[in-house]
Amino acid sequence: MAKPKDTEAEKEARLPPPPIGVWAPPLLLGWLVPGGGHLLLRRTGRGLLLLVSITLMFLFGLMMRGAFFQPQTGDLLTTLINTGGFVGDLCSGLLYMLSVAFGYNQPDMAGAVHDYGSKFLVTAGLLNVLAMVDAYEIAAGRKN
Amino acid sequence: MPKMNLDHFEAAMLFALFTSVVMGVVTKQNDRDRLQYGIYVFCCFIVALFGIGWLMFLGHR
Repeated sequence: MAKPKDTEAEKEARLPPPPIGVWAPPLLLGWLVPGGGHLLLRRTGRGLLLLVSITLMFLFGLMMRGAFFQPQTGDLLTTLINTGGFVGDLCSGLLYMLSVAFGYNQPDMAGAVHDYGSKFLVTAGLLNVLAMVDAYEIAAGRKN
Repeated sequence: MPKMNLDHFEAAMLFALFTSVVMGVVTKQNDRDRLQYGIYVFCCFIVALFGIGWLMFLGHR
C-alpha cells in the first residue's frame, strides 16, 4: 500500500530549527519596535505597515486613556485576564516601556472609551506578537 | 497626550482597520493575497459589527 504524502505542515515540522543567531535579532527588534524585525530583514514595505498600524493602535489606546493591566493572582479568571493583559501590554515593547517611563499611569475607570482604550493597548501588543512570529518565519526561511 | 473621545462605531472601525492591516501583512505569501485577505478580514469585522449591533438592538426591545 502506498504511503500517504506528507502535508506541508508535517514537512515543516521536521525541518531542523534555524540557529539562534539567525532568528533572535529580528525577533528581539520586532518586539522592541513593531515591524522592526521586518525592517531588519529588508521587508521594508511590510515593516512600515506594521510599524504604522501597531503604533497608531497603541497611541489611540493612550489617547482614549486606556489602562495598562497589572499582574494579579486570585481566581482563574482574574489571573487570566490581568496577567494575560499585562503580558499583552508588555508585548508592545518600547511603546509600553516609554509610556511607563514617561509616567502614563491611567487608573482603570468605568466607561466605554476607557475600556476601548485598554483593549486597543492590549491588542497592539498581541498584533506585535503576530508580527514577531512572521519575522521569525521569514528569518528561518519558511516565508518570503 | 491629547484625550480622545470616540463613539463605539468609530472605535470599532479603527480597531477593524488596524487589525486587518496586520492580519493581511503577516498571513499570506504574496502582496496580492495579502491585500485580498486584509480586505476580507476588514469586511468580516464590519459584517460582525453590524450583525451583532442589530442583534443587541433587537434583543433589548
